[in-house]
Amino acid sequence: MVSKNPKIVAFCCEESGMPAYEHAVSLGLDLPDGLKVVALPCGGKAETGYLMKALDEGADAVMVFACYEGNCKYVRGNIRAEKRVNYLRERLEKIGLSPEKIVFCPVAPASGQRFAELVQREVDTLLGA
Amino acid sequence: MIIAEQKPIEEILEMLAPHKKILLAGCGACVTVCQAGGEKEVGVLASQIRVARQEAGNPIEIIETTLTRQCEPEFMDEAKDLMNDVEAVLSIACGIGVQLMAQTFYDKPAYPGLNTSFLGFPEEHGVFTERCAACGNCVLHLTGGICPIARCSKSLLNGPCGGSQDGKCEISKDVDCAWQLIYDRLKALGKLENLAEIIPPKKWITSRDGGPRKIVREDLRI
Amino acid sequence: MKSGSNLEKVFEKGVFAVTAELGPPKGNDVKVVMEKAKHLKGMVDAVNVTDNQTAIVRMSSIATSKLILDMGLEPVMQMTCRDRNRIGIQSDIFGATALGIKNCLCLSGDHQRFGNEIDSKNVYDLDSIQLLSVLKGIRDEGKTLGGDEVEGDVKLFLGAAANPFGDPFEFRAIRLAKKVKAGADFIQTQCIYDMDRFREWMKMVRDLGLHERTHIMGGVMPLKSGGMARYMQKNVPGITIPDEIVKRMVAAPKGKGAAEGIKICIETIEQLKEIEGVDGVHIMALEWEHRVPEIVEEAGLLPRPS
Ligand code: SF4
Ligand code: SF4
Repeated sequence: MVSKNPKIVAFCCEESGMPAYEHAVSLGLDLPDGLKVVALPCGGKAETGYLMKALDEGADAVMVFACYEGNCKYVRGNIRAEKRVNYLRERLEKIGLSPEKIVFCPVAPASGQRFAELVQREVDTLLGA
Repeated sequence: MIIAEQKPIEEILEMLAPHKKILLAGCGACVTVCQAGGEKEVGVLASQIRVARQEAGNPIEIIETTLTRQCEPEFMDEAKDLMNDVEAVLSIACGIGVQLMAQTFYDKPAYPGLNTSFLGFPEEHGVFTERCAACGNCVLHLTGGICPIARCSKSLLNGPCGGSQDGKCEISKDVDCAWQLIYDRLKALGKLENLAEIIPPKKWITSRDGGPRKIVREDLRI
Repeated sequence: MKSGSNLEKVFEKGVFAVTAELGPPKGNDVKVVMEKAKHLKGMVDAVNVTDNQTAIVRMSSIATSKLILDMGLEPVMQMTCRDRNRIGIQSDIFGATALGIKNCLCLSGDHQRFGNEIDSKNVYDLDSIQLLSVLKGIRDEGKTLGGDEVEGDVKLFLGAAANPFGDPFEFRAIRLAKKVKAGADFIQTQCIYDMDRFREWMKMVRDLGLHERTHIMGGVMPLKSGGMARYMQKNVPGITIPDEIVKRMVAAPKGKGAAEGIKICIETIEQLKEIEGVDGVHIMALEWEHRVPEIVEEAGLLPRPS
């Protein structure tokens, strides 16, 4: 069961996801209590093992915030991350779980607003709102 | 190397249904390279199984390990202590590894987590193709270094059959015709005359057809 | 005479030979065989009985061959390497010849992926060229592949297939030479729509002198409709259909497609008769056996020698 305060682990690329998160904080936007942010040097570091492990250890959802296509500092890290997310989404479906428990979210560094919205949307999805 | 892929998770969950505590054992050799049964895959699969069982209200405890190699008896020791604590082992090594586990830890079930697929290599990242069928009597010297046994859909020794077109095999446009490849390579080597000779019926006795195979090397025995 | 079969005799006489094809039923319904055979009787010199063609399970080619033999037709029993190993093949040949079957066409066989048992295990213990050499050894030396004496006297007229339209094109005539060397007394080709390519291939065949060592029969198959022509052009491996043939088929008025297909087929036969080294025609009109008589008649191939 998902509690009213779902636990969300956000893996954030230091080039986009992290600055977007910090921007959201600096704007004083609402972020859920259950949000845990993990910084990665690049979206490409979002290994399938980490993402799955997060769910395994009790997270209700995992979000991967990385750069938009074409913006990755390491060329293809974001594309890899998205492919891995899709691979894990399939694995979740196979065990009867919602694929929405793992999502890939491209963001720009200065888009705190979008960051907060995406997190809120994920919470709503989890709560079935 | 040996190429394998993970079994469908449904099948794995069904095998593990009677168990509450297992060892999930990967292998550091071939299946690590083809990313089906190495340390990373152990991690993902263990998490996936735990989440699935948790969700089903029937949690399972999984100890994770990756042996240096599961296809040699001397490395079995690496799993010995861990095996004491579990009911069964799910091995994501090739079929050889699973069997060695079964043989070594005789009183506990060993389940296969992979389908051992073929002998081949990664043609490009994420694409693996078959190269050898271990027929026990290699003919690569006659066929330009391209194996007709493993790579021709009909294992023809005097190909190509009538279905070869535009370099592709009759079974699918995604499969290269091995005999077109053989022809091209022999042509490049200036050895087309090889193909004018009839290759006689193969002695399949050296293949699986001769029964389980065994090699004894007296020089190596102690 | 290697076998004394009717087909062999027709070639000996130097008459342009005619064979057709008969697909056994997907079950044991003898009536189906009889119905198809009825149309072919007196129209052709021998009838090819397919061996689980396109890997679809059907009545065995041996049994079907025996059935039509009893009806007074001469079978060319097809045998593929897909479904039997060398033990089964040699045993079946003993049985077939004991039943009076005198012609055998050696094929590798379509892969089972095309058929209705795609999960099956294929055999391919031998390939078609090796199969020819094994049967030749049984006939000429009285020895099985393993070297045992054959009890009795196996008389067989051995055939093989050739595909002038497969790739690599430059190698196709050389491969035919291997088949002739292995023992092919006659050859039936894949169906011909691309006459230019066929002529080119025949030239290579003649340059190797193969037309003097074997009897080559050109394969023809009447197209049934413009849709079928288009489908085959795109999807059937090992068959090439030139655009102008497809255009002719597509342009045929509604309800006249079949007639156009038969017309093209007859024209092809007329051309084949004129090509040096072509000794006959093989008509593949599966599930259209009843249209064979008109093709044979209009192509001026009647009456058949008795
Ligand atoms: S001929 Fe036999 S041993 Fe050689 S590559 Fe092919 S299957 Fe392997
Ligand atoms: S098309 Fe080529 S690879 Fe396929 S079965 Fe024929 S010879 Fe073998």
